[in-house]
Amino acid sequence: MTRDPQTTEPSPRGYTPEGLEDAFSAGQQPPAGGSGTPGSAGGAPQLPSLGVVGWLRWAWRQLTSMRVALLLLMLLAVAAVPGTVFPQRAQDPDKVATYLSDHPDLGPLLDRLGFFGVYSSVWFSAIYLLLFVSLVGCILPRSRTHLRAMRGRPPRAPRRFDRFPAQASAELDGTPEEVAERAAAALGGPRWWRRFRVDVRDEGGGVRSVAAERGYLRETGNLVFHLALVGLLVSVATGQLLHYRGQAIIVEGRAFANTQSDYDTFEAGSGFSASSLEPFSMRLDSFDSSFDPDTLQSRDFTAHVTITEPGSEGVQERIKVNHPLDVAGAKVYLQGNGYAPQVTVRDPEGTVTYSGAVPFLPQDTVYTSQGVIKVPDVTSGPQIGLQGVLLPTAQQVADGIYRSVDPQPTDPLLALAVWTGDLGLDDGIPQNVYQLDETGLTQAVDDDGLPVTLYLRPGETVDLPDGLGTLTFDALPRFVALDLRHDPSLAWVLTFALLAFAGLATSLFVPRRRVWLRLRPGDEGPGSGRTVVTAAALARGDDVGLQAELDRAMDRLRGADVDGPTGRTGR
Amino acid sequence: MAIGDISTLLVWGAATAFTIALIAYTSALARLAEASSAEHRAERAAKVAAAKQARAAARETVGAGGPSGLVVPADAVDDAAPRSGRIDDAEPERPMTAPSATTGIARTTTYLGILLLGVGIVLRGVAAGRWPTANMYEFTLVGTFVAAVVLAVVQRKRVVPFLGVVVMGIGVLALALGLLVFYVQADAVQPALQSYWLIIHVGVAIAATGIFTVAFATSVLQVLQDGRETGRSHLDHPWRSADGLRRSLARWRVTGPAWSWLRTVPSARRLEALSFRLNAIGFVLWTFTLIGGAIWAEHAWGRYWGWDPKEVGTFVAWVVYAAYLHARTTRGWAGRKAAYFVYVGYAVVLANFTVVNLFVTGKHSYSGI
Ligand code: HEM
Repeated sequence: MTRDPQTTEPSPRGYTPEGLEDAFSAGQQPPAGGSGTPGSAGGAPQLPSLGVVGWLRWAWRQLTSMRVALLLLMLLAVAAVPGTVFPQRAQDPDKVATYLSDHPDLGPLLDRLGFFGVYSSVWFSAIYLLLFVSLVGCILPRSRTHLRAMRGRPPRAPRRFDRFPAQASAELDGTPEEVAERAAAALGGPRWWRRFRVDVRDEGGGVRSVAAERGYLRETGNLVFHLALVGLLVSVATGQLLHYRGQAIIVEGRAFANTQSDYDTFEAGSGFSASSLEPFSMRLDSFDSSFDPDTLQSRDFTAHVTITEPGSEGVQERIKVNHPLDVAGAKVYLQGNGYAPQVTVRDPEGTVTYSGAVPFLPQDTVYTSQGVIKVPDVTSGPQIGLQGVLLPTAQQVADGIYRSVDPQPTDPLLALAVWTGDLGLDDGIPQNVYQLDETGLTQAVDDDGLPVTLYLRPGETVDLPDGLGTLTFDALPRFVALDLRHDPSLAWVLTFALLAFAGLATSLFVPRRRVWLRLRPGDEGPGSGRTVVTAAALARGDDVGLQAELDRAMDRLRGADVDGPTGRTGR
Repeated sequence: MAIGDISTLLVWGAATAFTIALIAYTSALARLAEASSAEHRAERAAKVAAAKQARAAARETVGAGGPSGLVVPADAVDDAAPRSGRIDDAEPERPMTAPSATTGIARTTTYLGILLLGVGIVLRGVAAGRWPTANMYEFTLVGTFVAAVVLAVVQRKRVVPFLGVVVMGIGVLALALGLLVFYVQADAVQPALQSYWLIIHVGVAIAATGIFTVAFATSVLQVLQDGRETGRSHLDHPWRSADGLRRSLARWRVTGPAWSWLRTVPSARRLEALSFRLNAIGFVLWTFTLIGGAIWAEHAWGRYWGWDPKEVGTFVAWVVYAAYLHARTTRGWAGRKAAYFVYVGYAVVLANFTVVNLFVTGKHSYSGI
């Protein structure tokens, strides 16, 4: 908003009492040509002979005008919407890929325009950055004005009171000077809780006027709110720069070390350095889950872990959903869980070619889980890939068809198809560990040419087809998927958010009010010892409590003099 | 009978009470419309003449205000005389005639509905063994409850049938949708929802939604009233291509007799002030929803902000209401135009509740449907 800095003396001009065009603050700068509301963009541009500096100033004034702020806010709201309409890479890259292949014409165009990464796109960033530039340009001058208003005197009483939304009058004992003194005390309140800032003026002819104002906090709140938004933006950006986040899958009984290579996925801001990874290790001791017996909905997940930091004993901790664990400045979240069948593969000679727990990813609420066991290190013959499902509680539906009926492992069954050939692991291309690249593989079939499926329960061993060896289902440990995140800006983000909230509530709910009294000698003349008080009050915006405020002030002023003739008007 | 079933029964009862209230508000409104439209015609001719006279007087008044340097308050001008083109401005604002039987019924059934719904919500919580704001059915109940309470508070001194019609209309629709479409059995919740934030974040969001509902109704009324006060109606001017349509709608001019009940309604400025007060409370609560949601997301999902569809929707609504607050203080946008932001903001709030829950996949898929 543009301000006219010359004027320091507040004047009631442009000070529309009550009404839609809320121009309280504009009262401090008599506008030229009557455009004094905060929204005015500083008048029409004088197009000719502006020069470069003139143009820049004009552009700056436009940018920091309320109207442009309004426009940018609406633009921001509109620009945020496509991110819910189109899939976003940051959230769901697979969906974006699907969209691109489904829309070969439109897709690439949208992609180039940033519609699959709306919130980091050039246009979205441009809007909010402009908005924040506008905000700073708007708030800094406003802060100066506010500071000046807080140091200066409350605005002088206007000549006429009859147009103000709240009015009162009374006749009291005492000379105008005495009453003015009483009024200053009554409005000001005790020293430790100043209600109004009061200013008494001598208007000549024995007439005194009292100007009082309260609620400066309202404007302070507004400024704090806006500045806190800037702080919020800066701290979020800092967090983006310095944070890191990694996801790791840990099987019961195993441990994980906080090094980049131990994570399954790892992502960090450009200001991250590997040295900010605190060295510690974490072992998953056990994992508990419980489900509603009727609906099979999940009810509780708890991971019991042991954290070991260098040079100290291991500490046992719990991680639950909604209860992340704080470790060495980072937070560890329980994001997922499932089963990791522990299997052993032996070649025909009985040599172990593979042994390990392989996480199978749950697909539904009964934990029907899919996974792949890759056996690349065979001593001779082709590599082996086993692909299939794990059913925690298997129920036979038809011959050779099973389904899971409970997420808990009461009767687990592993059903696997067998593939042989080249797993493609040596190409150097990173592979999805949960999928089998079938290009170099052939599926094992039985004598009738039908695909072979192996069914195993824990403890069972079956022969692999074609004399490839044996497969043992040793046990069924659980795994957890943990997210570890470190963001040094979190405390700042929270602080600024709460500051913004406090500032907002203050600026919306603290009433800003002005009260004016005019004290004239009574009808019998200056020597009579009587004073006629007329009063008016004005609030910023609509304020239901205004008349009550004025009445209270009058009551306090009347004090002992309650029997004096009083009158009260107000709307 | 199980407690959950009693709760459902009470909600049905509340829906019935609100339906009766809706009918009563509507008939109060219709009666008002009928009564004032007859008067309207009789008074109109006299008023035009009076307005002309008053306008001349107003010029003098404004001139007299000059010396003190005080800009004449808008309402002082309004009271003295209408600006040109404001035919109905000089209409005195009339208080409602003594509470008639219909407004009495409306008020009583609103209270009854609030009572039934309140108990229904409590029993729902008892049946589920947790705070009852965990799925769409429960959001709908609590949101309607808050809206009805705010309506009752706003109308404690004076029944404004139009507000009743809009709020109860939305409320009955919401309860019907809740009972028929969103309903799920009372039950415990999944681990992600087991947090005191379920009470704070969701509770505050729903309260804000309820308050926004009444504010929205007020803003609708404000714009109607504003149209009448300023004598502007799109039906007064010929429409380029569809003038036939306009003529057939002409009797619905907001300046015409059909809307003359608007004179029993507070002035546009007062309605604006009421709408602002409600929106300000709603907005502060919404801000808290946003911040609380971010804190909860930080606990539950490991990041405070992730542009999840629900987060985006809440953010967009927040930005629109922030724009509303700016518009109120922007020259040329205050008043009627600012009210349009309330419409957009409320539409976003509703879409964020319905469309995002039902048709968009995101982390907030807790509708239970
Ligand atoms: C991120 C962008 C912004 C947001 C979210 C925002 C939000 C808000 C909100 C919620 C309010 C109402 C609460 C209060 O009165 O304190 C407000 C008031 C205000 N804003 Fe902003 N604002 C933004 C940018 C700006 C900009 C760019 C300007 C200046 C051009 C501005 C100037 C003001 C002023 C002057 C008020 C006080 C209005 C009054 O007089 O009551 N704001 N803002």
